[in-house]
Amino acid sequence: MPTLLRMENISKRYPGVLALDNVSFELRKGEVHCLLGENGAGKSTLMKILSGALKKDKGRIFLEDNEANYKIPSEAQKLGIGIIYQDFKLIPELTAADNIFLGSEILRSSFSFLDKRKMNELAQKVLHELGEEIPADVSINKLSVAQRQMIEIAKATHRNINILAMDEPTASLTTSEIENLFKVIRKLKSQGVGIIYISHRLEEIFEIGDRVTVMRDGKKIDTSGIKDTNIKGLIKQMVGRELADEFPKHTAKIGNAILNLEGINCGKLKDINLKLHKGEILGLAGLVGAGRSEVARIIFGADKTESGKIIFEGKEKIFKSPKDAINSGIALLTEDRNLYGLFMERSIRENVSVSNLSPLMKGIFIDKAEEKKVVGNYFDQLQIKAPSQETKVENLSGGNRQKVVLARWLHTNSKIIIFDEPTAGIDVGVKYEIYNLINKLVEQGIGVIVISSELPELIGISDRIIVMCEGRISGELEKKDFSQEKILDLATQVEEKVL
Amino acid sequence: MLLKIPGTKYFEKVSEFSLAIVFLFEVLIFSQLSPFFFSAENLLNVTLQASITAIIAAGMTFVILTAGIDLSVGSLVAFAGVLTTSMLKINLPLYIVFPLALFGGILFGVVSGGIAGVFVTKFRITPFIVTLALMTIWRGASFVYTGGRPIWELPDAFAFLGAGRILGIPFPTIIMVVVFVISHIVLTKTKFGRYVYAVGGNLEAARLAGINTNFILTSVYVISGVLSAISGILLASRVNSGQPNAGLMYELDVIAAVVVGGTSLFGGRGTIIGTFIGAMLIAVLKNGLNLLNVGSYIQQIVVGVVILLAVLLDQLRQK
Repeated sequence: MPTLLRMENISKRYPGVLALDNVSFELRKGEVHCLLGENGAGKSTLMKILSGALKKDKGRIFLEDNEANYKIPSEAQKLGIGIIYQDFKLIPELTAADNIFLGSEILRSSFSFLDKRKMNELAQKVLHELGEEIPADVSINKLSVAQRQMIEIAKATHRNINILAMDEPTASLTTSEIENLFKVIRKLKSQGVGIIYISHRLEEIFEIGDRVTVMRDGKKIDTSGIKDTNIKGLIKQMVGRELADEFPKHTAKIGNAILNLEGINCGKLKDINLKLHKGEILGLAGLVGAGRSEVARIIFGADKTESGKIIFEGKEKIFKSPKDAINSGIALLTEDRNLYGLFMERSIRENVSVSNLSPLMKGIFIDKAEEKKVVGNYFDQLQIKAPSQETKVENLSGGNRQKVVLARWLHTNSKIIIFDEPTAGIDVGVKYEIYNLINKLVEQGIGVIVISSELPELIGISDRIIVMCEGRISGELEKKDFSQEKILDLATQVEEKVL
Repeated sequence: MLLKIPGTKYFEKVSEFSLAIVFLFEVLIFSQLSPFFFSAENLLNVTLQASITAIIAAGMTFVILTAGIDLSVGSLVAFAGVLTTSMLKINLPLYIVFPLALFGGILFGVVSGGIAGVFVTKFRITPFIVTLALMTIWRGASFVYTGGRPIWELPDAFAFLGAGRILGIPFPTIIMVVVFVISHIVLTKTKFGRYVYAVGGNLEAARLAGINTNFILTSVYVISGVLSAISGILLASRVNSGQPNAGLMYELDVIAAVVVGGTSLFGGRGTIIGTFIGAMLIAVLKNGLNLLNVGSYIQQIVVGVVILLAVLLDQLRQK
């Protein structure tokens, strides 16, 4: 098959990081070429260079043997390169058709007004070709995530592209939606479009991919045909070593109850009763929107309860604010750590110490020497990978950012730590480290609550699992009863009862 | 893999450093062009001229660091000025009236800043709107309170604040230096300062990290209010009268100084030293152009161009 795209010896440096180191990549006509690697491996950077969103420092790009020297995304689009980013770039208030034609609007011959009718018609046609029956004149914010994805694809394909890169396209799709997406991908493939497919989900790659390229630390490790490799081999290439076990073992020494929620009602939460013991990892399962994060926010004092009691260390407590909860020894690692957990432009040091500066004060001043010493301990203990604790958090990978937040809560002497999706967006290798850290926490008698949508993870690390469904607790499972089927059953139970 | 690039660690200091170079360059040019420029008297004069807006700019830096803005500062200058001067005319012994009047002016700054803070935090109205409203309210109040006439015939001792000197240094200059030193220490060495950066960098993350964000946000408007009031009193003393139209458009000069000094309007990034250099850069520019007999209309154009260039420089360096 002829080659559509060759990227040769691409290098790119960010402040503090060599993001791409002499990477070469090739894409053939009508193939799905998967790009695999941990976060920070350089996949997204490579795609941004392909799309013209980033300038390369070194290297050359060839499109069908002609060297291409585009500088901005619109030039790359004209050359037939389409990119769908993980976080969609759609404008929610505009209609599907408006978004599809954004930047290439069709104008009337008179006065150059927008020709809405024609754009709607064409958009409808493009969507129909993709096998989607979304009305083109509906605004984006009325569409589901999967439908938005289709709009993104339509936006790319209506321009007659021959190269389409997709960054984690299945990250928030359901199984049937993924099937539908794959159908569309196969269709594009048959039309001769070359597809670059980035995903963390290894099973998918074996289903849809033709070839796979693995990247690690900004370098290309290997390209191989999908039939010549297997999951274990790919993980080894991604991580750079073999992983012994996906989940480290721990033996629970469960102590007294440290936290009781009794009949909590708040917003969508209905009659929440829950008990957490010292030294226990309590898993909180449920579908997205079941109310798991809301339970965490209640315990953390971020939201106020309408009724019900919180009993902490045997005494009834009302946490009026996160500050209140933190002072009592409760910590929350939020689901979206970039948005709700971290101060991107500040150093690791400041991000760690911020929640408990009091022991670091000398009079009214912060004792920087002491601060450096204390933070340095956590820096070493958690093996945060960065040049120093003065490195800005924005230059860290997802796993290291998570460690920074964890260090903050270790520094506040937490007794209860709530992890909301602790390993979302974190690489396989670092995941294992995070699980190990959680195990160490419970060994010290800390009570841990883990909220996770990855059932294997929840089953692998929890001592007990509580399942939520539509704001209620729909069941509780002991370790011996753990299974994905049982959890899913409970997570969808209430729905069935209503029906 | 993370590779270390030398100097990235000192990034903020580098930005101040390059601004300082531009500033020194500017001083050098004017020293060459005008024989009067580099005299001690003229340089002290520049600091005196800069002091009023610079003091406000220190407060504005706190506000902008939290991603807020305070448009009310110019009107606060006017109302604090007329309030203090009117109180000076109360028929009581000077040793009572004097501190009382100063206290009154500064208390007004606290109250106005507190009102702004409450509207921003409790009612969640954007700072731009809240302080825009306060700007017109206090401006109008200044005219209503004085009946549109300046307040004259003040006690002689009052003139010292704006026109007096200690060891040859103008009193407002001394106040300015004290304000900047304290502000710098507060922002870099105290818990409060750390929280200001945190709140500006990521408000929700700050709240979830256990910071009382409403307190921090309210405080920065109070600081801005107090420093504006102090400037208002100094200005009233310098012109030896309470003028209801004092401080007109100051908010723009002040924001210019802060932004030229490298503070981001999106919050979380910036320094007091940067603001100081920014304020001085503009003041020296105006002074130098005066000495060179450049007309005031052209001066406005030049100042505008310099603001654009300074911000452009900052933007380029970040890439």
